[in-house]
Amino acid sequence: MSALTLILHREIRLALRQISDSAIIVLFFVLAAVLFPFGVGPEPNMLARMAPGVVWVTALLAAMLSFERLFTPDYEDGSLEQLALGPAPLEMVAIAKAAAHWLTTGLPLMIAAPLIAVLYRLPDAGYGALITTMALGTPTISLIGTVGAALTLGSRRGGVLLSLLVIPLIIPVLIFGTAAIDAAISGFAVGQHLMLMGGFLLGALVLTPLATAAALRQALE
Amino acid sequence: MIQQYANPARFNRLATTLMPWFAWPAGILIVAGLYFALFNSPPDYQQGDTVRIMYVHVPAAWMALFVYTSMAISSAVGLIWKHPLAHLSAQAAAPIGACFTFVCLLTGSLWGKPMWGTWWVWDARLTSVLILFFLYLGFMALQNAFDDPRRGERSAAILAIIGFINVPIIKFSVDWWNTLHQPASVVKMSGPAIHSSMLIPLFMMGVGFTLYFGALLLLRMKTLMLARRARGMSMAQLHQQAAE
Repeated sequence: MSALTLILHREIRLALRQISDSAIIVLFFVLAAVLFPFGVGPEPNMLARMAPGVVWVTALLAAMLSFERLFTPDYEDGSLEQLALGPAPLEMVAIAKAAAHWLTTGLPLMIAAPLIAVLYRLPDAGYGALITTMALGTPTISLIGTVGAALTLGSRRGGVLLSLLVIPLIIPVLIFGTAAIDAAISGFAVGQHLMLMGGFLLGALVLTPLATAAALRQALE
Repeated sequence: MIQQYANPARFNRLATTLMPWFAWPAGILIVAGLYFALFNSPPDYQQGDTVRIMYVHVPAAWMALFVYTSMAISSAVGLIWKHPLAHLSAQAAAPIGACFTFVCLLTGSLWGKPMWGTWWVWDARLTSVLILFFLYLGFMALQNAFDDPRRGERSAAILAIIGFINVPIIKFSVDWWNTLHQPASVVKMSGPAIHSSMLIPLFMMGVGFTLYFGALLLLRMKTLMLARRARGMSMAQLHQQAAE
């Protein structure tokens, strides 16, 4: 457990020293979401109807931008090999990396999401579901993105390729995230969607560290 | 027995011997199946003659799943036992599977227009097959993204195994969700819900497509092996020239 907290501490210290990296991701999130009303027109009903989808899609795209830097600096300066040689299993490193990514990217996106929802006049009934789905969905995205980052480590065109790999895998999160918010707005039961999202999170928590560790191992071979 | 065919020359001989046994029955079955499908099977009582799209659409969909499954299995074999031909077989299968998936999406779209009144709907079956198509493309892109080809094939192998989660989702999507796409009617617990006059050509096409895939896979594996050898030889030649 101490290895986990140590890596987590290191990652967060590094992220705080370059706080602008996280800030840029959130800024991209807000800017991308702000583009839509210019494109489709500012009609309030339509914007309210679009709000859950736009918030989720732009949050996903913003997260995509952040994954490339997840392992690359460590890979280039050799600290990834140190981590691999250390006593902590690589699976643990993968979980720590994903947790740090969520704390420095997922959490800020989650905090910024209601702001965008306000701009889109999301009905009041939707905010609870928005926060809950983001809380369940963004860690899943961090975990799946970690796999993608490990798979594309050291490749040419890493960033675009990473998006190509990760986006198909996170579509379920998007589907049930927006479905839950839509259900909350129309007054239907939200529980089933949230349970599925919770299931995705638990499944990803178990399976993705194995895949990430396998990918890292063959990257370091 | 499987270890024996790790020898490329021996595999090459086996592939050359086996290929006609796949290719000829595939050709005969597909031609005969198409004849029955297009001329000698009854039109559907609701859909009329458009039902004949089924004889290409459904086998292509089967193959899309079958090829992906075979790709995931050979990827796993390659990662676990480091069998030299396993990654090669996954690499050879990927474009074939992507083509079958594309044919499935295309014929589905052509069938959807007269029947559902639209080329495309965002229901669970169609969306999950589209994701399968992207997984094939991602696999091929990842495989070619590294300067070291061995790194690429191992990375892509891990992706193929992760993406396998989509295969049962596609199969059961019509049962789990209320979709516009019709539920399973051939592979069912209670037996097929299709009359034998339609089922027989459908199976002929299905078996024909599978054998066609087998022949194409062997051919592509042979080609990839030759391409690798050619690259190795030209590299050796360059080294020799540099040495002189």
